Amino acid sequence: MRADSSRPRPPLDPRLYQIAVLSGLLIYGLGWLHFDITPDRAALLLSFALLTQYACTKLWRLPKFDPKSALISGLSLCLLLRTNFVVLAILAAVITISSKFVVRYQEKHIFNPTNFGLVFLLFLGVPVWVSPGQWGNVAYFGFLMACLGGLVVNRAARSDVTYAFLISFALLQFGRAFWVLQRWAVPLHRLESGALLLFAFFMISDPKTTPNSRAGRILFACLVTAFAGFIQFGLYRTNGILWSLALWSMAVPLIDRLLPGPKYEWNRARSNPNQKARVPDEAPSSLRQPALDRPALGPTGP
Amino acid sequence: MILVRDGDRTVLTMSNDYSGEPTEFAMVVPVPTLLEKGQIHVGDRAVLDHLDAYSAPRLVEYFDEDPCRIYAEERNMQKMAPQAIGSMMDRADVARAKSLGVTIEARYTVGEYDILILSAKQSGGLETWLVENGYTIPRGATRVLGSYIRQGMKFFVAKVNLGEQKRLGFSYLRPLQMAYESPKFMLPIRLGMVNADGPQELFVYAITKNGRVETTNYRTVRLPEGMDIPEYVKDQFPRFYRAMFTRQVESENREAVFLEYAWNMSWCDPCAADPLNADELRSLGVFWLGSPGPQGWNPGGPQNTFITRLHVRYDAAHFPEDLVFQETTDQSNFQARYVLRHPWKGDGTCDAVREYRRTVRERRVKEAETLASLTGWDLASIRRRMGGGWSDEPDKPSSWWEPMWKN
Repeated sequence: MRADSSRPRPPLDPRLYQIAVLSGLLIYGLGWLHFDITPDRAALLLSFALLTQYACTKLWRLPKFDPKSALISGLSLCLLLRTNFVVLAILAAVITISSKFVVRYQEKHIFNPTNFGLVFLLFLGVPVWVSPGQWGNVAYFGFLMACLGGLVVNRAARSDVTYAFLISFALLQFGRAFWVLQRWAVPLHRLESGALLLFAFFMISDPKTTPNSRAGRILFACLVTAFAGFIQFGLYRTNGILWSLALWSMAVPLIDRLLPGPKYEWNRARSNPNQKARVPDEAPSSLRQPALDRPALGPTGP
Repeated sequence: MILVRDGDRTVLTMSNDYSGEPTEFAMVVPVPTLLEKGQIHVGDRAVLDHLDAYSAPRLVEYFDEDPCRIYAEERNMQKMAPQAIGSMMDRADVARAKSLGVTIEARYTVGEYDILILSAKQSGGLETWLVENGYTIPRGATRVLGSYIRQGMKFFVAKVNLGEQKRLGFSYLRPLQMAYESPKFMLPIRLGMVNADGPQELFVYAITKNGRVETTNYRTVRLPEGMDIPEYVKDQFPRFYRAMFTRQVESENREAVFLEYAWNMSWCDPCAADPLNADELRSLGVFWLGSPGPQGWNPGGPQNTFITRLHVRYDAAHFPEDLVFQETTDQSNFQARYVLRHPWKGDGTCDAVREYRRTVRERRVKEAETLASLTGWDLASIRRRMGGGWSDEPDKPSSWWEPMWKN
């Protein structure tokens, strides 16, 4: 197919860029960082994520099977979830993907799927774990560049929540270091986590699970930071950001009521003359069926 | 350091290989809670040696029954040498401490140690107190002490009580143990870095119920293992291991913690030493093991004890903060083992022998290359040490025509 030169070519779906970034990171993690996951296990997770997406597409009679979101969720699981048991890996993939179809409120899914999958299994106490410290410098800075590049390339619509989270989280870490008289190397070292980036750019940024208004999103990011800080410095537990996001996701309907804003619609861009049309797919169906797997505009989550 | 942990309960054993005058021994360890006398204990060094031998990186020899060499390790602890032994404090000392913002929360004599539990309001006061009581405080410690004070840590200060030591008749310092309950699963390493000339070595043995322990704020990396290496390494395994470890540390930009051993204690194959029995585990603080039954301990039975051995080489530049751990549910076993294959040295002229010798030659080439890449040693000198004259021959594969006309 050739692009019509008289019309601006619709931009690529930003999720393709995200999939490329996550795949690159996973390959680097498998080949160089020796993540506790084998290529077979990664393939299994991805397959079951896609299978679940396909099954749910059929069950909920969605017009079209779109593997992109499921791939992003699956790749995120490969990067974060660790377990010795094949069954649990499969379960994680199934729970992650099906959560966005099942756990819903007012036509929005409540949890970011990967976040839900991880926290749900951790909450059950089954033998899975998340290793927050397994990222080398190279992976971290490469990933950081790729994520920031993604923001620029995709001119993200809802990147405010990512910025708000990163800024508030950095302030928390520096503030804590200042309070306990630590060197600045300590908070810098704590911010150097690939898991943190994955969280900021792929989980908390999920436009379907964040509040509708900008004020609401900034409040949401700050609340996630605050509770994550409490888990890290008050309870001395790991993976505070994951738990905190899952907790505050449940408060999003309330935040939307207190700070109302226009509901996120994937096809809003069309009716807005100031924005270029960028989502050239079936608009009417989105009115019939809330967008579960339509392209995201920003640094969105799956 | 041995950390036994389940839930919030922790038993920390601090072993040390201090070999100087006992009068000069002292240590200051930040602890998360105040400790009662019953929470402090003096352990048995033999059990620690056993744990070390059991989990140490090792050589595995095939075709040979020789016992594996155990990597002789150096342990380092946070040590501060006092200039003079302070006398036990009277009331005036307590008043002086108070004026410095230092509270002597408790004072115990446990085994050969005099132990003080201190809390402090500010680092300056604590530093002054430590100096006045004969501890040499290195430059730069103030800030570190201050940071621990702000984090609500207390200080465990131990010195040797010469009278008690003489009475007990120990010529060496036994390991100190403390049991406490705290959500903090961490090891304070920053005091130890203050006065260090270079990087320090630390071995952390974690004994847990559910699985492998890893650091959450540094990368935990498995050491390369399972390779075939040349036979001559047998006589210099510690040297080999140090070189390999150094190379690994460098390749991880000196920022990683290394996994040497991760194993469910109920079995090992091959074992360099017998696994620890229930009494030994209990003496290390494995509090969840019940009291021994009438038949005693069953070595094959489930112990629910998973041991993780971590090796850290750290300095202030690359390890800005204390080690923070998490227990994972990873039950997969790991050991840093290296394989020696002793070739068969008999005589023989049959084709099979020729073929065998060819495979041995190829294997030796590979072993030399493996050793060079693991340790960074010079390949030529490795080949020289391996001997056998093969190094004169180029290690090209044998040609297809050679077997035809050789006979």
